[in-house]
Amino acid sequence: MRNPYRTQKIAFFFLLIATLLIVIPVGIIVLIIIEKGLPAISWEFLSDIPRKGMRAGGIFPAIVGTIYLVSGAIVFALPIGVLAAIYLSEYAKDNLLTRLIKLAIVNLAGVPSVVYGLFGLALFVVFFKFGASILSGSLTLGIMILPIIITTSREALESVPYSFREASLSLGVSKWQTIRHIVLPNAIPGILTGTILGLGRAAGETAPILFTVAAFYLPQLPSSIFDQAMALPYHLYVISTQVPNVDEKTRYGTAFVLLAIVLVMNLIAIIIRYQFRKKKKW
Amino acid sequence: MRKLKESIIEKLILLCGLASVFFVVLIFLFLLKEGLAVFKTISLKDFILGKSWYPISEPAQLGILPLIMGSFLVTIGAAIISIPIGVGCAIYIAEIAPLRLKEILKVGIELLAAIPSVVLGFIGMVTIVPLVKSIFHLPTGLTAISGSIMLAFMAMPTIVSIAEDALYSVPKIYKEGAFALGATHWQTIYRVVLPAASSGIVAAVMLGIGRVIGETMAVMMITGNAAVMPNSILAPVRTLTATIAAEMGEAVVGSEHYFALFGIGIVLFIISFCINVTADLFLHRNK
Amino acid sequence: MVTFGIKNLDIWFGAAQALKQVNISIESNEILSIIGPSNSGKTTFLRMLNRLNDLSSNCKMAGEVRFGQEDLIKIDVELLRKRVGMVFALPLPLPLSIFDNVAFGVRMHGERDRKILENRVEEALKQSYLWEEVKDRLDVSAFKLSGGQQQRLCIARTLAVEPEVILFDEPCSGLDPISTAKVEEAMLKLKKKYTIVLVTNNVKQAARVGDRTAFFLSGELIELDKTDKIFTAPQDKRTDDYITGAFG
Repeated sequence: MRNPYRTQKIAFFFLLIATLLIVIPVGIIVLIIIEKGLPAISWEFLSDIPRKGMRAGGIFPAIVGTIYLVSGAIVFALPIGVLAAIYLSEYAKDNLLTRLIKLAIVNLAGVPSVVYGLFGLALFVVFFKFGASILSGSLTLGIMILPIIITTSREALESVPYSFREASLSLGVSKWQTIRHIVLPNAIPGILTGTILGLGRAAGETAPILFTVAAFYLPQLPSSIFDQAMALPYHLYVISTQVPNVDEKTRYGTAFVLLAIVLVMNLIAIIIRYQFRKKKKW
Repeated sequence: MRKLKESIIEKLILLCGLASVFFVVLIFLFLLKEGLAVFKTISLKDFILGKSWYPISEPAQLGILPLIMGSFLVTIGAAIISIPIGVGCAIYIAEIAPLRLKEILKVGIELLAAIPSVVLGFIGMVTIVPLVKSIFHLPTGLTAISGSIMLAFMAMPTIVSIAEDALYSVPKIYKEGAFALGATHWQTIYRVVLPAASSGIVAAVMLGIGRVIGETMAVMMITGNAAVMPNSILAPVRTLTATIAAEMGEAVVGSEHYFALFGIGIVLFIISFCINVTADLFLHRNK
Repeated sequence: MVTFGIKNLDIWFGAAQALKQVNISIESNEILSIIGPSNSGKTTFLRMLNRLNDLSSNCKMAGEVRFGQEDLIKIDVELLRKRVGMVFALPLPLPLSIFDNVAFGVRMHGERDRKILENRVEEALKQSYLWEEVKDRLDVSAFKLSGGQQQRLCIARTLAVEPEVILFDEPCSGLDPISTAKVEEAMLKLKKKYTIVLVTNNVKQAARVGDRTAFFLSGELIELDKTDKIFTAPQDKRTDDYITGAFG
């Protein structure tokens, strides 16, 4: 006879192994990058331009470029994303159109990042003649992070109790005033979480900026949104595969900075969400 | 006055609500606009089934079958690794882990999902690639299997989080019913919870695979970039995504090569569209 | 004077009919109590009066409802809800300070003057017998108040926009007897200025505060009369059964 408790023990053991197979490598990845990347970090590394064919110097222009790109993306995506979330949570009825919009969001989230790159190239760089520029890159990244912002904002809006809306409407307050003064303020932490997640995603993506903005090497900082710019993820790609004989320290240092930016943003988002859940007044 | 302002705002909200639909259509239209031109010089059949990809030779040979096979091979490998591990981890988190550990694991999975693919590619280059090379005594570690291993880590967070959601949303009463009949915890999971969550798990697997097919930077950095028909998982391959990323920089706007790369974009868009729509159907089947 | 004139009112939610051929007139400055078991349509009736049912997309309505001289359907809905306020079953303070809760509706209707707002808030809080308890802490969160205080805050919030009618939807269902007594006391005073419609599950409460009482059952108005008559000599056997506790 098979003993069900022994079967259970074996099964649970394997489930634990599966979990460890994810957790341990991730831990190792992060540790390797910290261990080898941290010693490379110095004020000079963060504030200097790349020198000697990117084999020395710092990564300052790439950091600045990434900041520009990410800011541009969020300026574009945040208002559209939040308004779209308001539409879905406050106005949309249960009909075919709503179904279509939700399906579109799912698809937008699933489009491969390199296809976003192609799209940005075709629409912004070639069709609108923005050229390879911060503008083209930001808009491409902006459309890419739209689904993240819509989804998290919508969750935040929907978590505001329906009764608040009813109480406000029953006073003769209009629907938009109710949204603006009651629903939206209470959804801010959730929207903030989504925004930061979007920022993190935009900061780490390479493929969408390959043909829309990223410069291989640019000694000076961009001066307008129609300039090309360097970006951290692309810079890491370049120095790990395109430029021979780059010091290992420089590569790990760049990877460390990029990973740190992305993970810190995600951690902030997680902490905000956690605090918000804990403090919820209702 | 206020009414007018509000009706303008509400129009704007509707407009933004429609924005996602607009962008999906726009993406597809612009891919078509730039990509369909490739079929002036090559038939759809030769494009999809052609075995040679030499886009800059004279005349250009634009068969993407080697690239499709490359994507296929890497994806299958990643799926074989990530599905059992991912689903196993999801079960562990949803059913077995104590509350506190569960929170920590979920945060960990979320952070894994956030690691930029170029960083994973870099890590793959310095860890998995030399490892594969020495284990299998290969001339290079830049192979399909290296890509599969690395991509499995990109699929896992998607699989874990969606599958965990599906498992978690199985009504408690099902489990209580099984427990009341004297089933062990594992029997309950295996015979009650898993079947009840099956469509969500299928969706999770599909979305995970979708992420692998669409993944670009990591594969480009560690699969060796050989656009030839792959004959082994230990050989270098070139995926659809990597081809676009690697070659678009050199393709002249308006050239055959440029059109062909957009043609690949159309193929990728259609694949991801099908995967996402089907996964969405699975996700909403029970609701 | 008649505040609401309701003729042959039918309301459906989807295929389910919630109210059937209801005829009532509600007089000014009276407290009309509505009693009946759950699912008798009394809350639907109440929410019809300030068109909160409009929020359910599957709600359909037929018949004639007049508010004063006007057709209820044709009045601007925001204006209607300003004139016909609502106090809900559970205390529903907004996530704002006490002051901002009471001032919320007034502000949204365009009043910005701090002095006027302060006066309105004070007056409303006094009318709902909450002023003395909160006057020193108007800027604390409304969630810090007890359940009974929250409910009186909600009454004050409704009063602050200066309605003509106040609808109470089982306002004491979540309150202890002392808080209930305070809310009832407020209602009796308010009657001088406002028309009040009170839906309650508590038959004794209807007996205590109502001028007239209506008994609803399964979407129909069974009986409507002076409160003492309903409770001493109901015409319909079902009314008698309900108030004596034979069912409900």
